[in-house]
Amino acid sequence: MIEHIVLRHRLPGLENINQLAAYQASGGFDAYRTVVTSMTPQAVIDLIKASGLRGRGGAGFPTGVKWSFLSNRFPRYVVANSDESEPGTFKDREIMERNPFQFLEGLMIASYAAQASTAYNYLRGEFWELAARLDAQIAELHAAGLLGKNVLGTQYSLDVHNHLGAGAYICGEESALLESIEGKLGQPRLKPPFPADRGLYGQPTVVNNTETLANIPPIVARGAEWYRTLGTESSPGTKVMCLSGHVANAGNYEVPFGITFRDLIYGLAGGIRGGRTLKAILPSGASAPILAATDKVLDTRLTYEDVAALGSQLGSASIILMDETVDMSWVAMKTTHFFKHESCGKCTPCREGTYWMTHILDRVQAGGVQAADLALLSDVTHQIGGKCLCPLGDFATSAVVSSLKLFPADYEQHLAVAAAVPAKPAARAKVAQPVS
Amino acid sequence: MSLLQKYPAEVAAILARYPADNKRSAVMPLLYLAQRAENYVPAAAIDEVAVLCEIEPTQVASIVGFYTLYYDKQAGRHRIQICTDLPCALRGADEFAAAVCAHLGVEMGGTTADGKVTVEGVMCLAACDRAPMFQVQNGAGLTFHENQTLDSVKALVAKLQAE
Amino acid sequence: MPEPVSFFVDGQPVTAAAGTIVVDAAKTVGNDIPVFCYHPKLDPVGMCRMCLVEIGMPQRDRATGAAVLDEDGQPKIAWLPKLQTACTTPVAAGMHVRTTTAAVERARKDVVELILTSHPLDCPVCDKGGECPLQNLTMRHGPGSSRFVFDEKIKLEKHVPLGDLIYLDRERCIQCARCTRFQEDIAGDPVIGFDQRGRSLQIVTHSDPGFDSYFSGNTTDICPVGALTTADFRFGARPWELKHSDSICTHCPVGCNLHLNTRRSGVAGDFVIKRVMPRQNELVNETWICDKGRFGQHFATSLDRLTVPLVRRGGQLVEATWDEALAVVAARMQAAPGAVAALAGERLSNEDLFALRRLMEGTGGRVAQWPGAMGGGDVVQQVGVGMGTDIARAGGDTVIVLVATDLEEEAPVWWLRVRQAATKAGATLDKSRAQLIVLNGRSTTADSCATHVVRYVYGEEARSVTALTELAAQVRAGKALPAGVAAASAGAAQALAAAKNIIVFYGRDGLGYAGSAAVAQACANLLIATGNGGRHNSGLVPVWPHSNTQGAWDMGVRPSGLGAAEFAADAAVVIAAGADPLGDGEQLPGSTFVVAVELFATLTAQRADVVLPARAFTEREGTLTSGERRVQRYYPALPVRGQARADWQIFFQIGEALGLGKSPASAAAVMLDISRSVAHYSAINYQALAKVEAQWPDVGGSDLYYGGTSFQNNGGLGAQTPTLIERGQAVAAVAVADSSAPQGELQAVPIAVLYDRSTTFGRSAVMGSHIPAAYVELNAADAARMQVANGARVRVRVQGRVAELTARVNGRAPLGVVLVPQSLGGLVLHSAQPATVERA
Ligand SMILES: Cc1cc2nc3c(=O)[nH]c(=O)nc-3n(C[C@H](O)[C@H](O)[C@H](O)COP(=O)(O)O)c2cc1C
Ligand code: SF4
Ligand code: FES
Repeated sequence: MIEHIVLRHRLPGLENINQLAAYQASGGFDAYRTVVTSMTPQAVIDLIKASGLRGRGGAGFPTGVKWSFLSNRFPRYVVANSDESEPGTFKDREIMERNPFQFLEGLMIASYAAQASTAYNYLRGEFWELAARLDAQIAELHAAGLLGKNVLGTQYSLDVHNHLGAGAYICGEESALLESIEGKLGQPRLKPPFPADRGLYGQPTVVNNTETLANIPPIVARGAEWYRTLGTESSPGTKVMCLSGHVANAGNYEVPFGITFRDLIYGLAGGIRGGRTLKAILPSGASAPILAATDKVLDTRLTYEDVAALGSQLGSASIILMDETVDMSWVAMKTTHFFKHESCGKCTPCREGTYWMTHILDRVQAGGVQAADLALLSDVTHQIGGKCLCPLGDFATSAVVSSLKLFPADYEQHLAVAAAVPAKPAARAKVAQPVS
Repeated sequence: MSLLQKYPAEVAAILARYPADNKRSAVMPLLYLAQRAENYVPAAAIDEVAVLCEIEPTQVASIVGFYTLYYDKQAGRHRIQICTDLPCALRGADEFAAAVCAHLGVEMGGTTADGKVTVEGVMCLAACDRAPMFQVQNGAGLTFHENQTLDSVKALVAKLQAE
Repeated sequence: MPEPVSFFVDGQPVTAAAGTIVVDAAKTVGNDIPVFCYHPKLDPVGMCRMCLVEIGMPQRDRATGAAVLDEDGQPKIAWLPKLQTACTTPVAAGMHVRTTTAAVERARKDVVELILTSHPLDCPVCDKGGECPLQNLTMRHGPGSSRFVFDEKIKLEKHVPLGDLIYLDRERCIQCARCTRFQEDIAGDPVIGFDQRGRSLQIVTHSDPGFDSYFSGNTTDICPVGALTTADFRFGARPWELKHSDSICTHCPVGCNLHLNTRRSGVAGDFVIKRVMPRQNELVNETWICDKGRFGQHFATSLDRLTVPLVRRGGQLVEATWDEALAVVAARMQAAPGAVAALAGERLSNEDLFALRRLMEGTGGRVAQWPGAMGGGDVVQQVGVGMGTDIARAGGDTVIVLVATDLEEEAPVWWLRVRQAATKAGATLDKSRAQLIVLNGRSTTADSCATHVVRYVYGEEARSVTALTELAAQVRAGKALPAGVAAASAGAAQALAAAKNIIVFYGRDGLGYAGSAAVAQACANLLIATGNGGRHNSGLVPVWPHSNTQGAWDMGVRPSGLGAAEFAADAAVVIAAGADPLGDGEQLPGSTFVVAVELFATLTAQRADVVLPARAFTEREGTLTSGERRVQRYYPALPVRGQARADWQIFFQIGEALGLGKSPASAAAVMLDISRSVAHYSAINYQALAKVEAQWPDVGGSDLYYGGTSFQNNGGLGAQTPTLIERGQAVAAVAVADSSAPQGELQAVPIAVLYDRSTTFGRSAVMGSHIPAAYVELNAADAARMQVANGARVRVRVQGRVAELTARVNGRAPLGVVLVPQSLGGLVLHSAQPATVERA
C-alpha cells in the first residue's frame, strides 16, 4: 500500500481530518505539543536536518539547513509559500483543503523552531474560498489554545495570518512574495541578502512551501530515521506528484521519491488517455525543459538528482503529459505566453525577451515562418538564458530550447516551404489568448 | 461612503494582522475590500487605501496595476475566467472557451449585453486535473468551477443572469 | 572606513575599499562598464542587466583554506558559471573581473538589442539626443541593426504630462526605475510609480496633483533616455548647441551649484537661459537641485527688467545717463553728511555688500540688512559647521538637530541631504543612520524621518533648546533624568549625550530677528556644552531666508532690528539696494531722497528719486556665502541687459563721485580687498574659489560610466571660511535671556513656503500655477469653533492690521495657532503675534 503521510485524508477513516477534532483524534498537534513543551528550537532544527527533508517548492533545498541560516536578530518571521501557480501544480491546494491542520501544524512547528511569533501563509489570490476556510480553522486553533499568547501555557506566543495574493505567478518566488506581503509590487529582490538574513520587513525570515511544511509533523512524530526509510538516500520521504495533461487519471499521487516515471504514469495513473502514445513530459510545469518520452526517461527515478541528470528538473513535480498528437511548437507557444504574462518586468531580458519570443512563436503557429525565424528564436533564448535577475527568465526559455532541440520537425512543419504541401499541424486550434 | 464607514470591523481586522509600522502590508487585503461593492477599485478608494496604509495613492495604484485580480475599470458583474493554460488546453480548454464565448455571443474579454458576465482567459489556476474549469470573480470573491461542460456553464450563466 | 582590498579587472591589479561595487571600482581605473539602471547616487537594483561581467574568485583548498595554484604557480580562478551584474557585486580580495570577453560583449549587445525592441528610435527629434546614455551605449556596444520585426513594436503615448512640469514619452522609457527610485529613496516623495507589469510596465502618477514634487526636475537629468523631459526645456534646444556657464542658485542658503545653459532664441535673437542644471559639488548639492532653483531663474531674462538709470524730474522718473544719475545721488549725499541710511537686500553679493559698507563708512552713513529677519550670523561665525562637513554622509555617530525650521520648504537640498543621512537611502558605503531630532511647534516633513520629535509652544523655542542642553548634561553626568520629562526629550537628550558629532540647523519658523538670535545662541550653547561647535562634521547651520545672508553678516552688514521707517528716521538719503521695504508693507519717511538699486520697478523703485538698474547674477561675476559658510563664485552667462551695472560697481562709482577713491577694476579685485579686511576671508580669492578637485562619484565626464547629462564642475568648488573655533579661539556660552512671544487666544505664526511670490521666483515662466494665493492654516478644533470650513475665507487681525485670506484646515496647525505663510502677498508678520480670526 502507498504510504500517505501528507495526503492522509485519503487514508481510510481519516477522510474527515479537515475537522479539528478528527485531526486531533488522529494524533494531530501532538508533535506541536511535544515541540513547544519539551524541545528547544535548536533541537527541532537538528531533527529536521537529520530527516533530510528537502523543500518541495521547487529547488529541493534541505529545510533544516535553511532554518539554521537564520541571522541572530528578532523579530523573525515564518512564511508559508502557498502561491502554487506553476502550470500543472495543484498539490498545495489539496493539502490545504483536505488536510489543513497538518499543514498549519507544520507551519507552527517551523515558527517555533525559528523563534518567530508571527507567521504568514501567502496564498495565491485565487484560493479565496480556501483562505476563508483557513481563516476559520486558524480561529479554531486560537480557541483551542494552540495559537495566541502563551501557547499551551508556555512562554511561546504565536499568531498565524493568511495573506492573499492577487494573481501574479512571480509572487511564488520567495523574495517577490515577501515584497508582496510588504504591500509592494511582486518583483524579486536581489540576492544576497537571502531571506534568512533580510526577509520580511528586513528581518530574518524562513520561507517554506506548503507541502514542505506538511511533512514536518510526521517527522517530529515518527522521527528522522523513520522518515529516511522512505524515498531515496538524497531525496528522502514522499512527494506529491501532480499529473495532468493526457494522462488517463489526472490528479495528485503521493509516492516515495524514487518511483520511476513509468511506474507512476502507467502503474498508478492508468497510462495515457485513449491508449495513445506518450510523446513528451514536462516534469516541472512550464518551467523546466521538456523530456521526450523515451524508455530511458520513463525508467528514470523521480528524485531531484535523477531528473536533473536528464537535463531537466523535478521542481515541484507538476508533471504534464503530452501524447503523440501534440505539436511541441504549440506547447512552447503556450508556455511562452504564460511567462510573458507573468514576467514582472523588472529585468530587461525577461521583460523584452518573453515578449519577443511570443511574437515569433505566434508567427510559427500562424504558419509561413522562415528558417531564419527559428534561428532567431533560438538566439533570443540565449539572449535571455542566464542573464536574468530571477529564475523566471530562464524558466521561460526551457520549453522553447528543449522543444527546438528534441522536436525540430514540429517547427519545420510550419516553415513557409512546407506550407506548399499543406501539412496538417497537429496543434489544437488557437482559439483563446488569455487576456487577464 | 468610505471603506472605514462601510466595513469598520474588517478594516480594523486587516490592519491588526500586520506590524503597526508596516501598515503598507494591508494594501492588498484592503483593495479586495475596496473591490467588494462594485467589482473594481474606484479612484476614491485608492485614495482612501493610501491614507489607511500611510502611503501615496500612486503606490496603491501600482498594486492595482501589477496584480491581475484587481481592476480599475468596471466590467461585467461576474467575470468568468477560463483557464486556457497548457495543462487545461491539453484537455480541451481552448475549444471549451470558444464554445462558452459563442454561447454568450461575446469575444474573449467581452461582456454580455446585459452587463452581467465578462468572459476572460486566464493562466493556470491550480486545477489542471479538473479541466475544463474556470473561476467566477465578483466583488464578493472567487469561486472555482471544475470539470465543466457547456451545459453546466449554460446553467450557471442563466443563474447569474437571473440574479 | 572599510579596508582597502586588492582585486583584478581584466588582469590589471586594482585597489578599492571593501564593499565598493565592481562598476565603481572599475571606473577608478578608467574601465567604463556600461549601465542603465545603475546610478552612482542610487542603491543598486541590478535590473537592466547591461553591466554583466565575468567574475571569478581564487580557488581555495577545502581542507587547508590555502589558494590552489596552477602550473605556473598562479592562483587558480574559479569563474562563476553565469555572468554577474557588476552594479550589484561588491569587490572582494583576490576577485577577478573580466569585462572584455566574448561572452561579456555578446551580453551587452544582447541587452541593447532587447531594449531597442521596444524603443521608438526617434533620436532625431528627441531632447536627449546628444547626451543620451541609450544612444551612446548603443553606438558603443549595440548591434548594428535589430532583428525585431518593426511592425511588432508597441506604439505608446508620446506626450504624457505627469504633472505640469514633467512630461513622459512612454515609448522611450526603458523601465530602469531611476526616476521612481529617486523619488522614493532620495526625495522621499513617491508620487510616480510603475503601473502594470512585464512588457506593459509603465510610469504613472496617481497622486493629486500629479508629479508635483520639489525635486521632480532631477528625474529628467538621471533618466538615461529621453522619456522624461521638463516643460521648460522640451523641444527647446539640442544639447550640443547650448552654452554652459557655471553659476550658483540664488534662491536659498544652500548655494546649489548650477550650470546655466543658454542660447539665442526668439524673434529678437536674445540670449536666454534654456535650462538650469545641477553642477556637481559633493559637499553642497551633490548632483541635485530643487525645482525652485531649476525653474525659478527666468527673472533674469524677464522683459520688465530695468535697463537704464532713471531720475525723478518734475515728479516723473525719466531716463538719464549714468553720469547724470550718479551725480544727482552724490550731490544729495554730499549735502547730508552722516544722514544716509542704506538697506542691503537679499540679492547682493559679497562684493556688493562690501562696496556698500565701504561707501557708508566713507560717508558716515549706516547700512543694515533688509529685511533682516533673522539673527545669529555672529554666532555662526563662531560655531558654524566645521570645514569639510558632509551632511549627507553623516552616520550613526552623528545627531542632526532641526530647530524652528521647516527645512524642506526653506532649504530643500539640505533637507534632501539630511534625509539621506537619517534614512541612508541612496548609494553610500556607511549604512548606519544618523539620528534626527526635530524641535518645532508644529509638524513638518522632517518628522517622518525623525528619531525624536520635541514639540514646544511658540515663544519657548530657545528655552526648549536650553532645557535639552541641560538634560543632555545630566545624562552625561550619569544622573537620572527628573520624572516627568517627556519621552521625546529624554530620548533626544540621551542621543545628544552619546553623539560624537552634532549638527544643528536653526531657522526662524515663527520667530523674528530677536527670537532667532536667541535660538541661535541657545543652539551654540548646546554645541559648546557638548564640545561640538565649529569643527569637522559638527556645528551650527543657519537656515537663512536668502542666499547670501551669511555673506552680509560676514561683510559686516547686520540686521538693524528696526522697521524701515525707524531705521531711516533721521536720514536725508535712503539707498535701497535689492531691498523693497514698501513692497514688504513698510514705510519710508516722506521727506527722504530715495535711491533704488534694482532689477525691477518695485514699489520702492516707483517711489524712488533715482533708480539705478542693476545686473542680474547671470550678467556679472560675484560670490555668495552659503549657510555652511562656503564662499562660491558665479560667472557671467548672458549679455548685460541694457545699461545695467553690477551693484558693487554702482556703489564704488558713487564713492568715486564723492571723492572716496577709484573703483576697483573687477569683482576679483573687490574680493582681494575683502580678504585683506575681513579676517576669516583671508584665504578667499577668486583663484581659490575656482579650484576643482576630483569628486566621487565621477558623474561629469563624457565617458559612459554614468553617461548622459554632464554634471561636471569646472567653475570651482568654492571654499569654506573657518569658524572662530577653527581659528583656534575659545568660544564661551552666553546666557540667553528668557523671552516669550506675546500670547493671545490665537497666535499668528509666520512660516516659510518654498514656492512664494518673491521678486525673483514670482517671475518664473513655468511655476506660476504652483504658487498659491495667500492663505492661513488653522487647527481643526479652532476652525470648528469659529465655524470655518477648509477653503473658506477668513479675516485675520494682527497688531491692528487686517487681511482677508483663505483658510486651510489641513491638520498642520497646532491648537490655538494660525500659521501664516510669508511672501505670498498676504499678511506680513515679523514674529509670532496674538491674532483674531473670524469668518469673512
Ligand atoms: C518564478 C518562481 C516561482 C515560484 N513559485 C513557487 C510557488 O508557487 N510555490 C512555492 O512553494 N515555491 C515557489 N518558488 C520557489 C520559492 O522561491 C522558494 O524556493 C520556496 O518557496 C522555498 O520553499 P521550500 O524550501 O520549502 O521549497 C518559485 C520560484 C520561482 C523562481
Ligand atoms: S526574470 Fe522576469 S520575473 Fe524575474 S526579475 Fe526578471 S523580469 Fe522579473
Ligand atoms: S543591472 Fe542595470 S546597471 Fe547593473
